[in-house]
Amino acid sequence: MSHRDARIASDIVGYLRSHEEKSLLRFITCGSVDDGKSTLIGRLLYDAKMIYEDQLEALSSDSRKVGTQGQDIDFALLVDGLAAEREQGITIDVAYRFFSTDKRKFIVADTPGHEQYTRNMATGASTADVAILLIDARQGILTQTRRHAFITYSLGIRRMVLAVNKMDLIDFDRDRFDQIVGDFRQFARQLGDDLEIQPVPLSALKGDNITERSERTPWYYGPPLMDYLETVEVDDDRQHAPFRMPVQWVNRPNLDFRGFAGLISSGSVRTGDEIKSLPSGKTSRVTRIVTHGGDLERAVAGQSVTICLADEIDSSRGDVIAAADNPPQVSDQFQVRILWMADNELLPGRKYLIKIGAKSVRATINAPKNLIDVNTLGEAPGRTLELNAFGVCTISLDEPIPFDPYDEVPGTGGFIIIDLVNNNTVGMGMIDFALRRASNIHWQALDIDRKALAEQKGQKGAVLWFTGLSGSGKSTIANVLQKRLFALGRHTMVLDGDNVRHGLNRDLGFTDADRVENIRRVSHVARLMSDAGLITLVSFISPFRSERRMARNLMEEGEFVEIFVDTPLNVAEERDVKGLYKKARAGEIKNFTGIDSPYEQPENAEIAVNTVELTAEDAAERILEWLKENGFISG
Amino acid sequence: MTSLTHLERLEAEAIHIMREVVAECEHPVMLYSVGKDSAVMLHLAIKAFHPSVPPFPLMHVDTTWKFREMIEFRDRKAAELGMELIVEINQDGVQDGVGPFSHGSAVHTDIMKTQALKSALTKHGFDAAFGGARRDEEKSRAKERVFSFRTAEHRWDPKNQRPEIWNLYNARKNQAESIRVFPLSNWTELDIWQYIWKEQIDIVPLYFAAERPVVDWNGVPIMVDDDRMPAELREKAVMKSVRFRTLGCYPLTGAVESTAATLEDIIQETLLNTSSERQGRVIDADQSASMEKKKREGYF
Repeated sequence: MSHRDARIASDIVGYLRSHEEKSLLRFITCGSVDDGKSTLIGRLLYDAKMIYEDQLEALSSDSRKVGTQGQDIDFALLVDGLAAEREQGITIDVAYRFFSTDKRKFIVADTPGHEQYTRNMATGASTADVAILLIDARQGILTQTRRHAFITYSLGIRRMVLAVNKMDLIDFDRDRFDQIVGDFRQFARQLGDDLEIQPVPLSALKGDNITERSERTPWYYGPPLMDYLETVEVDDDRQHAPFRMPVQWVNRPNLDFRGFAGLISSGSVRTGDEIKSLPSGKTSRVTRIVTHGGDLERAVAGQSVTICLADEIDSSRGDVIAAADNPPQVSDQFQVRILWMADNELLPGRKYLIKIGAKSVRATINAPKNLIDVNTLGEAPGRTLELNAFGVCTISLDEPIPFDPYDEVPGTGGFIIIDLVNNNTVGMGMIDFALRRASNIHWQALDIDRKALAEQKGQKGAVLWFTGLSGSGKSTIANVLQKRLFALGRHTMVLDGDNVRHGLNRDLGFTDADRVENIRRVSHVARLMSDAGLITLVSFISPFRSERRMARNLMEEGEFVEIFVDTPLNVAEERDVKGLYKKARAGEIKNFTGIDSPYEQPENAEIAVNTVELTAEDAAERILEWLKENGFISG
Repeated sequence: MTSLTHLERLEAEAIHIMREVVAECEHPVMLYSVGKDSAVMLHLAIKAFHPSVPPFPLMHVDTTWKFREMIEFRDRKAAELGMELIVEINQDGVQDGVGPFSHGSAVHTDIMKTQALKSALTKHGFDAAFGGARRDEEKSRAKERVFSFRTAEHRWDPKNQRPEIWNLYNARKNQAESIRVFPLSNWTELDIWQYIWKEQIDIVPLYFAAERPVVDWNGVPIMVDDDRMPAELREKAVMKSVRFRTLGCYPLTGAVESTAATLEDIIQETLLNTSSERQGRVIDADQSASMEKKKREGYF
């Protein structure tokens, strides 16, 4: 790393001292392969003297082998990482690059520009202070330029470089440059009036206006790109926001010490400051800001610290410690903007996990109110979110959380969405506002509660959930069981899949999304019935584990009894009571469970009945015995 | 307004990452390789959990070919800090007499390091392992996530990585999966040295120049650290003032001629140097995309 600072050789200590004071700038480069993005990054690394001689040698030989620049160095090869990508000649993921100058250290998020990589761009933009939008001077502002600007702006980036590249190919034509900049400014007004734009005419390949002002653009009075990156103000927004620190970990080495460890996401804190812990709302005072190097008087956004409080308030991981006079709101229902990042589409109504700050909480995401076309910024209708789709949704959480609108305090307003089944990160979201304040909700206090309703009937409310393939015998067994219970003087109700689909759920089909909604509605109806003290028999194929889990979570602890009606596919198909398998095999019915739609077997059902071995009567009898043994019915 | 320096931001990020792992994983471990990056990572762990002792053990996969000074340093450090130290050696490999001189660098590294690491992680049931790798070290690392998932067979799938957004790390794993966590992902070699200087972190003396017996092996100058080196090689050793830029198995670690005896001297030399850090490592030279291949197979 031949940093050409004379002090390295003459005064290394002085050099190190001055470099200790360097700041850090994170930026993202947006653009396609054809715009010269990799070439630009390679050029920045090269001009910052971040390339070693052995790397340069490898680069020269690679350039001649697979490069696109003849005998010249192909800077793009420096940054195209994984073997498969080098062969394909495209960058397909987010890669991080590092270089530093005397003034700053830089971390570059290098992301691809095509529409199918929107999620990667959002990932890179989430940690960036500045975005460089790369434009091919010959092409001007394209749809993808608008998309890049929209995504980076949505993620909160307010400083953009409009890097008009390949100026050498249009003879450094000033009029063309001005026209491109004018076009972009006009478009940018749609995004918001708080966007700072720095246009720079460039040739990444030839090095014009990278580190020094080019003689070939005498009409350009702005800074070369590197000058801009070295001097642009960063990091101040979150310093000016109110104090927030999500509690990551409670540090308790012994009985005398209790500290709350976390990274300050915005604002600053001093010893003696009044704080409020959310969601509990308890207040206290900061007594110490502990670090290994000694206690601090004051700590600011971006620092990882451990805070001690004057009172023993019960704060734990996921809570937010905040300025007492300017705390975040607390709510459990929000309007949010979501970018979907998974191949599997969003299933509205299904439970997902969201992580915000250090808090993980289950959430239901409702069908989008509207999608945002990332190319036109126009609204589009849609019932779900597919990979790379951006939409406005409402979500409701299983418990209230402290939050800020993302545009005001990003650190406590952004969240990721995690699939509870495969644990993947499937989306990211930004809170716009709360739909209501959780503190205002009071359930109507009922004088006659669910317990009273059940006791009146001499039983315990329950949901007996029969799951199994079509034709497995669910409804038959449920009917036999209901007769037996009726004979014993019990109060029951059967919810049957076919019947409910004729009424309440007549608007639903058999796509995965509709199946989830089907189960969601039935679960809620079953819940109301068990609240009324009824023994509710639900007979639904309910093929997905996650929906059955959703139903289980909806019920009171212990009231959900999952009954797996275990019939092998070949047996059910042979029986084919309703003739449906035949139609499915003939292709007349689509998405038929067991044929072209999966059935996920229960892993820990309370009861399993095998209908090859048992008659419907035997099966019902077995379930009845179980209900007696587990106290659902007496006698 | 107070703005943090680049080292302060990197430090805060690494601490944040370590605390997330401790809060979300059941059985984490820190892989301690005794090198300078490990020294920085350990120092950050002390900071992250102060005044508690870091709530996880250190684990060193000992190929039995590490420099003796590394082993002394390792044992002294663990004792000083009061942290549990697990040392894992592939005993099958020892019985078979596997070593770099007899089996070559590729076989030795695979059996004594990669396989040993995999079976040690499985044996102890660690669900998260901190490693000191940095993204600037090598091209395939540039795309690796901070929380990098491994299958039950400890394989890495570069095409199937979770997006990492803001500083919200998803540490939920599927059955039998485990996580490698790299708190130093965004550090460069220069950052490491600058931080060691700023914090005066103790490092293995091998990083400093001294008179050491050195011999040329396959074009790489290596140090004679014990008599397992074939006698005909040992005989050719000459005393030279050398130091090491990276530390590993002594027969696989190239020495550089140097007189840099202080931290300032080392940093000065590093800054004025014109070849990259990994050049001294024998294992990287095999093929251009060799590191990516190794990582897919479970190399850390």
